[in-house]
Amino acid sequence: MTKLKSRHILGISHLDREEISFILNTAESLKEILERPIKKVPPLRGKTIVNLFFEPSTRTKLSFELAAKRLSADTVGISASTSSVVKGETLIDTARNIEAMRPDIIVMRHSLSGAPHLLTRYIDSAVINAGDGTNEHPSQALLDLMSVKEHFGRIEGLNITIIGDIAHSRVAHSDILAFSKMGAKVTVCGPATMMPPGIETLGCRALYDLRQAVRDADVVMALRIQKERQGMALFPSEREYARVFGLDVGIFSVIKESCVIMHPGPINRGVEMSPEVADSSRAIILDQVTNGVAVRMALFTLLLTDSREE
Amino acid sequence: MTGTVMEAILLKNGRIIDPSSDIDLAGDLLIEDRRIADIGPGLKGPEHAQLVDLNNKWVVPGLIDMHVHLREPGQEYKETIETGTRAAAAGGFTKVACMPNTSPPNDNEGITRFILDKAREAGNCQVLPVAAVSTGQKGRGLTEFFDLLNAGAVAFSDDGVPVRKASVMRLALEYALNFDALIISHAEEPDLSAQGCMNEGITSTRLGLRGIPNAAEDVAVFRDCCLAELTGARLHIAHVSTKGAVEIIRRAKEKGVKVTAETAPHYFSLTEEAVEDYNTLAKMNPPLRTEEDRRAIIEGLRDGTIDAIATDHAPHESLSKECEFALAANGIIGLETALPLALKVLLREEGFSPLEIARLMSQNPASILKVEGGSLEKGKRADVTVIDSELPFTLDRDSLFSKSFNSPFLGQSFRGRAILTIMEGKVTFDLLGLLREG
Repeated sequence: MTKLKSRHILGISHLDREEISFILNTAESLKEILERPIKKVPPLRGKTIVNLFFEPSTRTKLSFELAAKRLSADTVGISASTSSVVKGETLIDTARNIEAMRPDIIVMRHSLSGAPHLLTRYIDSAVINAGDGTNEHPSQALLDLMSVKEHFGRIEGLNITIIGDIAHSRVAHSDILAFSKMGAKVTVCGPATMMPPGIETLGCRALYDLRQAVRDADVVMALRIQKERQGMALFPSEREYARVFGLDVGIFSVIKESCVIMHPGPINRGVEMSPEVADSSRAIILDQVTNGVAVRMALFTLLLTDSREE
Repeated sequence: MTGTVMEAILLKNGRIIDPSSDIDLAGDLLIEDRRIADIGPGLKGPEHAQLVDLNNKWVVPGLIDMHVHLREPGQEYKETIETGTRAAAAGGFTKVACMPNTSPPNDNEGITRFILDKAREAGNCQVLPVAAVSTGQKGRGLTEFFDLLNAGAVAFSDDGVPVRKASVMRLALEYALNFDALIISHAEEPDLSAQGCMNEGITSTRLGLRGIPNAAEDVAVFRDCCLAELTGARLHIAHVSTKGAVEIIRRAKEKGVKVTAETAPHYFSLTEEAVEDYNTLAKMNPPLRTEEDRRAIIEGLRDGTIDAIATDHAPHESLSKECEFALAANGIIGLETALPLALKVLLREEGFSPLEIARLMSQNPASILKVEGGSLEKGKRADVTVIDSELPFTLDRDSLFSKSFNSPFLGQSFRGRAILTIMEGKVTFDLLGLLREG
């Protein structure tokens, strides 16, 4: 494979196994740049990347921005508070106006599912979904795949357990699709109030018992938990959540010796994960963050190489 | 020659389909002086009669759509009474009942009369206003039923929003008894549907969209059926979309509850999969459900649990649809696709007879609303629709008479549609120019 089939990165659902491998291989070879004393290479000089963030974000936005800068692209960041959305402009108009200034890639985060898909119908630039509502967060899933592959040397055949709010997590959604596409066995676990209908159809099994869910896991990933959704508390208290689904030191006596702990961040310490677990040698949470930059560099490179060949 | 009253029209060699007398026979139909003067084989009209040879095309009573949104007053950029009734005529309809969620809502005599005046002025299709159940559709105090009925309202509904409180629905049904009035229920439990934008199920999970469970409709249908039983009043359930609702209505009918029901063509034609890729043209409330629900809707139509096909014609300008899925407006236009979809799905795929389709689309709505229509008997007002059940056509934007074109069926090919619509003896739609003089 020399180029991606997709013009945009809307979701893992739009990528096939071959494309995912291609992205991961590219990211692995680009990662070395991040370790150099001078962390900058020229391939995307003269390219412009717009980070359009309608939802607050620290690490994802920074990660995309650094990835672009490492490759010498120019970046502009627009966040919801400074955008004209507050002035009542439609998303399509905002996008068309940005498009008129000739960017090469628009990276967008939006609170509503399908917003980046809408964008692709109205503009020509490549679009990268940096998280849309409760739908997908593909670059996060790709960096999770990269981190697991880096640690175990493979993804195929591993048991991946994801714990938390499965229904409202775009990370869970993308990770389930990504890991199952790459041949891992995915288990999800969380409060039944946070389990969407038909989740098994995405390619995973759903369990309600934490111990059972993590017993055979090679990877345990806890999601950031948010008690209130649409004004309704989906579990009685954070205290109870921590006791039923939180990962604390007790988990070490249940999981396999070789099992690693992941979290997409930011962590609610003491709720879904205790500090002892987050800071333990089992955690590869900061590797995830580093790999995030490499994966995003790969996405930029592949999308822009693609357009150059056309 | 649309718009012109012909003194006499003789439709020759048609397939006369009259559900009110269970007739499906080859024959002629003579219209004189705005009434059906005669039906039967070998009719000879007066010398001046306009004569059309139908070559075995269907002749049915004018279609009646008991659930449309004409958007006037207030949202004339979506549809007007003039454009909406032209779309109705083009779809074969001679009567449409319009829902009260205009702006301001039709909750008083003044607006009811305004709607009727506008409709008369347009002259495309008879409009039957459905007035609000509660003032401002706010679900609290009742509207003046007596006054509204006198002004021309045919039923009461807070369609667009459910009557939230069971006590208010009970009150409405009880008060309706005084006038034998019909209450139409937009059956939805808002506590369960809140913020949902499509059916809750595997597609909503896949698309990461908030779902509306079937239970949001089922519990509301059950509540209102219980209240209809309690009060003995006449209840009609609008836009049935779930298997559960069909079963609840079936049981209520078996118990003798005075309940009737309608479904919309999209609920027997499409499933939630139409929402794929965040297609806002497939967004409506209630949402498109699953294949299991679609099957149950078709069986409900077949066994009479669901009495009528009504379009829920809901025009929206492009701005309301070309946006993020969760923000997009609910609803699709339906007047010009209802009959083609009934022919496609019910007639061809499901083996419904032309008589059954005519019953669902004219006779039953007329009897539920207690208005004249749904019959080709001699002496009745001449509301007549001629259908070419084989005519192929493609639904495109430019061919639509509605002011809006928010339809998931755009670009699709159909076989069969209305070709001639006659309302009270007046030609309101003539696709092929059958009655053009000279």
